[in-house]
Amino acid sequence: MNFLESIRVSLRALRANKLRSSLTMLGIIIGVAAVIAMVGIGNGATASITSQIQGMGSNLLTISPGQSNSGGVNGGSGSSNTLTMEDVDKIKALGPVVKAVAPIASSNAQVVLGSGNTSTSINGTTEGYEVIKNVTLARGRFITKADVDSSARVVVLGPTVVENLLGDANANIAGEKIKINNVPFQVIGVTTATGSTGFQSSDDMITAPISTVQARLLGRKTVRSIMASAASKTQMQTAQDQITAVLRKSHKILEGKDNDFRVQNQADMLATMTSVTQTLTMLLGGIAGISLLVGGIGIMNIMLVSVTERTREIGIRKAIGAKGKDILLQFLIEAVVLSALGGGIGIALGYGGSSLAGKALAMDTSISVSSVLMAFGFSAAIGIIFGVFPARKAAAMDPIDALRYE
Amino acid sequence: MIDLKGIKKIYANGDIQVAALDGVSLHVGSNEFVAIMGPSGSGKSTMMNILGCLDTPTEGEYYLDGTDVAKVSGDDLAVIRNSKIGFVFQGFNLLARTTALENVELPLLYAGIGSKDRRARAVAALESVGLGDRVHHRPKELSGGQQQRVAIARALVSNPSIILADEPTGNLDSRSSEEVMAIFQRLHAAGNTIVIVTHESEIAEFTQRIVRFRDGHIELDEKVENQRKAQAQVLEEGVAK
Repeated sequence: MNFLESIRVSLRALRANKLRSSLTMLGIIIGVAAVIAMVGIGNGATASITSQIQGMGSNLLTISPGQSNSGGVNGGSGSSNTLTMEDVDKIKALGPVVKAVAPIASSNAQVVLGSGNTSTSINGTTEGYEVIKNVTLARGRFITKADVDSSARVVVLGPTVVENLLGDANANIAGEKIKINNVPFQVIGVTTATGSTGFQSSDDMITAPISTVQARLLGRKTVRSIMASAASKTQMQTAQDQITAVLRKSHKILEGKDNDFRVQNQADMLATMTSVTQTLTMLLGGIAGISLLVGGIGIMNIMLVSVTERTREIGIRKAIGAKGKDILLQFLIEAVVLSALGGGIGIALGYGGSSLAGKALAMDTSISVSSVLMAFGFSAAIGIIFGVFPARKAAAMDPIDALRYE
Repeated sequence: MIDLKGIKKIYANGDIQVAALDGVSLHVGSNEFVAIMGPSGSGKSTMMNILGCLDTPTEGEYYLDGTDVAKVSGDDLAVIRNSKIGFVFQGFNLLARTTALENVELPLLYAGIGSKDRRARAVAALESVGLGDRVHHRPKELSGGQQQRVAIARALVSNPSIILADEPTGNLDSRSSEEVMAIFQRLHAAGNTIVIVTHESEIAEFTQRIVRFRDGHIELDEKVENQRKAQAQVLEEGVAK
């Protein structure tokens, strides 16, 4: 009997037991759909985290103070006040390897405009911030070097702040005076909405010259962190090394002693985050893979029942001339059709599921061709692996015993 | 045609060995119509299994169309069953969910014959047993007698050397039984070799020769003096259509 005829015979048997066939397939469908959806969502999460980190600025290096250690009490990373405006100038002086530098000194304050008020964070920085963060303005201008040098009382507002103050994010607020901790500031610009939400949203933030924030709001000349942008991706490591060297010198750290600051490389952060999300993706995919395995065992179970139930049929077929190979093929094809068909439906469902999840979580879920091929190949392989045992059992039956089976 | 020489079939049941067939020799010539009879336990079922190449003898030689098939096993035996033997069983043994036509096509399917040829031959076989108008019926839509006629069509569709029938009328009423025997008589007249196993002497009287088994031996081998002629109205009607 040729292969096509075997497929026809197997399909007929599956059709004869529609409910059972579809329930058996369900196991594989769920397994494959879960694998596809999980991997798709995982890939989407990785992509969205990557874009978020890249959105923090291009080729970004973040310098933060080290840990304070007074009397054996470790204050944790960033707890000391070792960074100064002189450090900022020295990093600026490094030359072309560093494209831009922006110190950050931040505070939280109550902001008032007429009857509106809101509580938000105020970031003191310099004109370099605009370059590093790729700030775009909806209205007005960003702070300039002159503003910083003269400690001008000017602010750039995020659109969420404008909305909180005036009830409309698009209101023309440039030129208005707002009060921060009762100190009047002039609004010189409004940034465009970036859509970022949650903690430290760049939309819900006020930017002011660092000198002004230090003098008027903080009352001390501290720098919380320094952001620096390397000239290019390839020069990030060079820039990091040079910054480290210049800060060690400026902080008078002896050879062999630990740094009292930390330089974080955006690429490192990206690598760390990516490896975290990839591990999660693998974990989710692995769990989904187990359900695929369970589905495969389901197929084997049903095929074993089917072989026993059709013992008489096997006997008849053998009596009239079916070879062991014919019977083996018949049952094996049934198992493979169940799992491959289930795999196909599962891929479609998984694709739909991950697109839905992508819409709900507002991220781009991507289904890679490789994960589709893998899931399909895996489900077909499961059909063969779990189908072989029942099929061999059927093929090995003695025709006389099989014919007598009641 | 069929030549059995000193066939023994011994079943080991623990330490006890039981000889179901104890040195049976039998010759069935071409175009013979033989009934094998005997009480239960006489070895006639074992004989049937060996004749039908479903089982191999422990000892002895079995020449089917001149080749010794006693030592053949497994898939090679399946090929012999497919090409040389047509089976008719007591319980019909049709595939329940498939039509009469597909049931009859089955031996040809395993013989690797193309679908067009298969269909034409299966339809011809069904017409020859008077079921030309029941081609697309499933077994449960047919009466017992009709089901057995489908089984006979299936047995003869591959032009086997012999048709073996194991209690073919065992599940049928007397009228259907006579119809089935009429078909066998007609197939015999058309040149087929037929061996049936039965325990009913009325059925055996439709054949030409009766071989009686007892305790694994042939007790009696005689010609039927007055062969009964089976009447089958349905058959004439079926053919007339």
